[in-house]
Amino acid sequence: MSLFDVIFYLFAAFTLASAALMVVSKNIVHSAVGLLFSFFGVAGIYVLLAADFLAVVQVLVYVGGILILLLFGVMLTQRITSVDMRTGTLQLVPAILAVAGIFVILFRVIRTTSWNIVPEAEAQFIPTAEKIGYLLMTDFLIPFEIVSVLLLAALIGAAFIARKGT
Amino acid sequence: MEIPISYYLLLSGILFTIGVVGVLTRRNAIVVFMSIELMLNAVNLTLVAFSKQFNSLDGQIFVFFVMVVAAAEVAVGLALIVAIFRLKQTVSIDKINIMKW
Repeated sequence: MSLFDVIFYLFAAFTLASAALMVVSKNIVHSAVGLLFSFFGVAGIYVLLAADFLAVVQVLVYVGGILILLLFGVMLTQRITSVDMRTGTLQLVPAILAVAGIFVILFRVIRTTSWNIVPEAEAQFIPTAEKIGYLLMTDFLIPFEIVSVLLLAALIGAAFIARKGT
Repeated sequence: MEIPISYYLLLSGILFTIGVVGVLTRRNAIVVFMSIELMLNAVNLTLVAFSKQFNSLDGQIFVFFVMVVAAAEVAVGLALIVAIFRLKQTVSIDKINIMKW
């Protein structure tokens, strides 16, 4: 087992443990912290997969943006007087059955498909930021512009919806 | 690639399953939201793993777009949650039933 494998297993265990903490934690702030570490773990896996640009974007967008936004949501909706901290698990048994079904299907697909349909790339690291920027400005220019307009519209809409007294 | 791609897919599958558990069992709308983010992350992980496997950057571009849509989704969703909290003083998804008759 090489160092690469050890690091992969460490990051995988870290990510899964944080995600599990997020789901089972009764305290919503603990959930947010679990999600934070889970995002960091996924960023680490991205680094192992030679996706350096995406790892940085993951930390910037998810940890720096989405999680902060979620924490703002927590602080805006969890007043001291609020009793929403409880976590009813009403449909626990059907949920477990459905989730087990999904996982079994995923596991069987992963196990029974032969994924090595392309010869493996030689293990050398090439920085991806330049290539991704080039692709975004050439092949994916139209989706890039559309998604930027979508983001602008979503942000304006969010500001409008969250405004007081409309 | 030292680690076979099926390991990454398995990790992603477990992560996705944890997200489904969160969506199905938690009652707090914000935690449901976090679980959805977790599922998006799991799918992103799959795309990056395939991108590495096929030695092509298209998967990473796709992840980039998924991240943008996730950011938009979280902004609008949290605005909705804040608006509903202002209206109903709760974010429990059992109590938000004003769309039901």
